[in-house]
Amino acid sequence: MTSEQVNINLPEGSIEKKTTRLNLGPTHPATHGVFQNILEMDGERIIQAESTVGYIHRAFEKIAERRPLYQITTLTDRLNYCSAPLNNMGWHLTCEKLLGVKTPKRVDYLRVIIMELSRISDHLICNSIVGVDTGAYTGFLYVMQYRELVYEIYEEVCGSRLTTNMGRIGGFERNFSDTAFKKIEKFLEEFPVVWKEFENLFNRNRIFIERTVGTGAISAERALNYGFTGPNLRAAGVDYDVRVHTPYSSYEDFDFIIPVGKTGDNYDRFMVRSEEIWQSLSIIRQAYEKVQAFKGAEADVYHADAPEYYLPAKADVYTKMEALIYHFKIVMGETDIPAGEVYNCIEGGNGELGFYLISDGGRSPFRLHFRRPCFIYYQAYPEIIKDTMLSDAVVTLSSLNLIAGEMDA
Amino acid sequence: MSLTYEIIKEKIDSQFGDKILAWEESYGMLSATVQHDHNLKVLTFLHDEPSLGFQFLTDITGVHYPERKGEEIAVVYHVHNLKENVRLRLKVFVPIEKPDVFTATGLFSGANWMERETYDFFGVIFIGHPDLRRVLNVDEMDYFPLRKEYPLEDQTRIDKDDEMFGR
Repeated sequence: MTSEQVNINLPEGSIEKKTTRLNLGPTHPATHGVFQNILEMDGERIIQAESTVGYIHRAFEKIAERRPLYQITTLTDRLNYCSAPLNNMGWHLTCEKLLGVKTPKRVDYLRVIIMELSRISDHLICNSIVGVDTGAYTGFLYVMQYRELVYEIYEEVCGSRLTTNMGRIGGFERNFSDTAFKKIEKFLEEFPVVWKEFENLFNRNRIFIERTVGTGAISAERALNYGFTGPNLRAAGVDYDVRVHTPYSSYEDFDFIIPVGKTGDNYDRFMVRSEEIWQSLSIIRQAYEKVQAFKGAEADVYHADAPEYYLPAKADVYTKMEALIYHFKIVMGETDIPAGEVYNCIEGGNGELGFYLISDGGRSPFRLHFRRPCFIYYQAYPEIIKDTMLSDAVVTLSSLNLIAGEMDA
Repeated sequence: MSLTYEIIKEKIDSQFGDKILAWEESYGMLSATVQHDHNLKVLTFLHDEPSLGFQFLTDITGVHYPERKGEEIAVVYHVHNLKENVRLRLKVFVPIEKPDVFTATGLFSGANWMERETYDFFGVIFIGHPDLRRVLNVDEMDYFPLRKEYPLEDQTRIDKDDEMFGR
């Protein structure tokens, strides 16, 4: 922040002579994260805004330069922590691309189930928080129980909830249990009813429409120029989705549509996310059926055959020589990774989550860079909220789904 | 007709000739190394030429190669043609004593923070950038932390007396 910044003079006839400076953040209940906005206000109207980020920068890119690949998964958890499994899978897919590991179809489908579940939990939080910021707390509390159910599924699959560290290079650490499948079934059965109710509460709600339609809008050209991706770009009317453009993890086997908006305002962003939840539900249903269709030995496949990189199960480590050797080599970080440069991206909760990985043939990456969608589109925020009301700026902030963890890396 | 790597190479080579120092393909992505004072010209050409149409800037970042004397810092651009769904990587190498490249903020508004981040971590000076300040680190920082000469803390060090965290 430049300290000599002065307040802007307002034109003749204004009530005040100069603008008032208002600090929104770094810690403010309405920002849902740690970042600061310094606003120059004329009454309730924002004349100029400046964003400051980096309060929770944790030097992930530097730390990653000393870690073997499998230890970097825990760093990716902490990017967009509302959808940690998406980041985990994105990282594993990047590693698999570099290492040339081919995953079986069943692994891909299991991953798709988890990825879409976490997309739902991400969008669910974002949309219900938009509700909170427009004055409807009930919806948020009501749908939260289904995020809890999603977290229970994570727990069943990998043992943890928020920072999941889920899966391994090549697949999952264990097969999905029957309880996991039962919980997925329960989710598929109960959640659509609840989400329909949530939509009934908001979609045609007059207060909600008046708060969101036409506020926080960005045009498709500006959004593309700013490097928007994900639901925020699609709300502006550009149908770019990595899942369709560059399918990964067998997304080409699924039938779904990319919802797009028109005006790129808060309402469109809300509606695009809402529709994506329906699409994700349909993908999960399809993936679930595909997974159930595997019979016999195929139904037990949950990881690729890549012993050099896939951490073996503990029972094997205790009983088998090869497993013990690989376990030792992987845990002690003695497996060299091939030299090369990979850029791999997935459709994260907020858009294109990219991993740019350079390896010089050592044991850890020579350089790892995360393309964090939040960081890139947040710079458009001052432009979006210019000449709008403060209360609209707050709604815009939450409908952009800014996650400080992802922004600051 | 789809945009193949051959067409891209040919178009750029015929426009810039020996300013393109190398072509390379790694894991399915075409990568061009450009002479460091031509980064903006090539980006502009890629953006404006209708048959190329790389109008989406995916990412800008830096890499430090300490052993490459005279061209230690690489600035890496990822651009994307969304219509044809083709990605392209551009690299420029600059000496660490004078890490100057031209800014792409005139072409892409999104380049603003990406360049600030690259400056923040590698000290790359983007000439013409409207507001080249640190973005993630504190303003008072006097070094560029992702350069290789700043190692991470030795995990086995024993000289640190930290009662709070038991080390």
